[in-house]
Amino acid sequence: MTALVETATMPMRRHLRFNHTTRYWLLIAPALLLMIVFYLYPIGRVLWMSVTVPAPGLDNYALLATSASIQKMLWTTARISVVTTAITLILAYVVSYALVHASPRTQRWMFLGVLIPLWISVLVRAFAWFVLLRREGLINTTLHASGVIDTPLNLIWNEVGVMIGMVHYMLPFGILPIFANMRDIDQRCIAAARGLGAKRFEAFWRIFLPLSLPGVVGASILVFIFSLGFFVTPALLGGGKTLMIAEYIKVQILEVVRWGVGTMLAATLLVVIGGLLAGLSRVVDLRKLFGAG
Amino acid sequence: MTQSGLGNISIMTRSLAWAIICFLVLPITVVFAVSVTDRHYLSLPENGISFQYYRNLLTSGPWLTSILQSFIIACVSTAIAGVAGTLCAIGCWRLSNKASNFIRLLMLAPIMVPTIVYALGIYQFWIDLRLIDSYTGVIIAHAVTGIPYVVITVSTALAGFDPRLEQASLNLGANMAQTLRLVIIPNIMPGVVSGLIFAFIHSWDELVIVLFIAGRGVFTLPRRMWDGINEALDPTMAAVAAVLILLTICLLVVDIYARSRRAS
Repeated sequence: MTALVETATMPMRRHLRFNHTTRYWLLIAPALLLMIVFYLYPIGRVLWMSVTVPAPGLDNYALLATSASIQKMLWTTARISVVTTAITLILAYVVSYALVHASPRTQRWMFLGVLIPLWISVLVRAFAWFVLLRREGLINTTLHASGVIDTPLNLIWNEVGVMIGMVHYMLPFGILPIFANMRDIDQRCIAAARGLGAKRFEAFWRIFLPLSLPGVVGASILVFIFSLGFFVTPALLGGGKTLMIAEYIKVQILEVVRWGVGTMLAATLLVVIGGLLAGLSRVVDLRKLFGAG
Repeated sequence: MTQSGLGNISIMTRSLAWAIICFLVLPITVVFAVSVTDRHYLSLPENGISFQYYRNLLTSGPWLTSILQSFIIACVSTAIAGVAGTLCAIGCWRLSNKASNFIRLLMLAPIMVPTIVYALGIYQFWIDLRLIDSYTGVIIAHAVTGIPYVVITVSTALAGFDPRLEQASLNLGANMAQTLRLVIIPNIMPGVVSGLIFAFIHSWDELVIVLFIAGRGVFTLPRRMWDGINEALDPTMAAVAAVLILLTICLLVVDIYARSRRAS
């Protein structure tokens, strides 16, 4: 009897469930449609143009191997991004380490110091560095007035200026993932190592550091990816002399109007970043890294 | 063992950490000093402070127009991103299958893909649709790239929400719209507010897309700041920056308040 009722209600239940699933898909639909039509389609066009403009074929991509100016720019981009990432990671690691070991009150104040810059307009931050670093800027005038230097230091419109501004911008993106990972480390492991006779540095080096590596890997890829495609700070502090890929692309499209070269470089950037993210997703959960866990 | 019980790290590490935090915060404060200069170029005040550049800002047509335009664009695009992103996060949360996981990852694309790549594509697309230098064009582009921030914060809020409440509401006869309005949304409101703030700041601060798809008609605040910094003469730019910093800190306080309510 019960079996009979069950079989009788089964199709209805399935119908009901299907209905529910449809409802949830309807909730997803607006965002998904917006994303497909106004995000994925335009990006698809960039990829398409890179192999069809000015003529179908891979001529644009051949420039990667033949054009000296493009190679120089790619090399600059890679060098600045690697150095920025390395410096950012070291500084972020120190801050995160102090953060997990701080009292809740101190932690709140430190966090505020990390979050405020993260929220402030990137243009405002670049402007502040511009005021400080330029030839007649605050650092040069102060050092000159106090007699430390005779000629102004070249702090801007070169790689030094770009790197200072970039490290400043990237630090919060380095600190947050490393801190999130360190917070989850079971501190009893360190206590156990110390109890078993490990010196403080040994306990850090052999226990804490390896346990914190997933956070470091996540943070490094995140910072490196943001660095590669960064436009505002390198453009303002590089002053057209230190060209990174994002500004180079902008010049190709808006000034020289070479769509083929511009879209080819954009596509290359996209492929490199896609590859890095694919590699990263084997090590850490991407959604967790970007905060959508 | 409490967090504070572990606070035995060396004084050197701790001072180094504070030095790095100073490196993060202090350079920004230079903006305030320069904004009250009494000179005619970007410099520290010499013979006393002056608020002439704040007065300049409040009476300057171009700056005020840009602020108004940016405000309108940020409000409308945030509203679109807020509705689409919240509904999408709720849908994904309830489905929680392979497809919805993939969609949540897809929604993160605008954060992971460099804006310059998207800017080229939308520039081409808007040329075809004749939406260059229009409010509609900028608003759609900002709304789509603002969705990830809402999806992230709402998903995080939903992770702490008991799905059985939603089921109970539906079983007790409420329809989907009622359940959303009366049960789910009130419970995840702090997450939604956080997402709206992020999406607003994203649009308010966005330069790269605007450089491509806007011209003389829609001249947003970041666009004018970009010109201001490149010309590097007028201290009014410092006054603008100072006002923006104060506004940002106000928003940050609202967000921290919203989060502390969520936590309690």
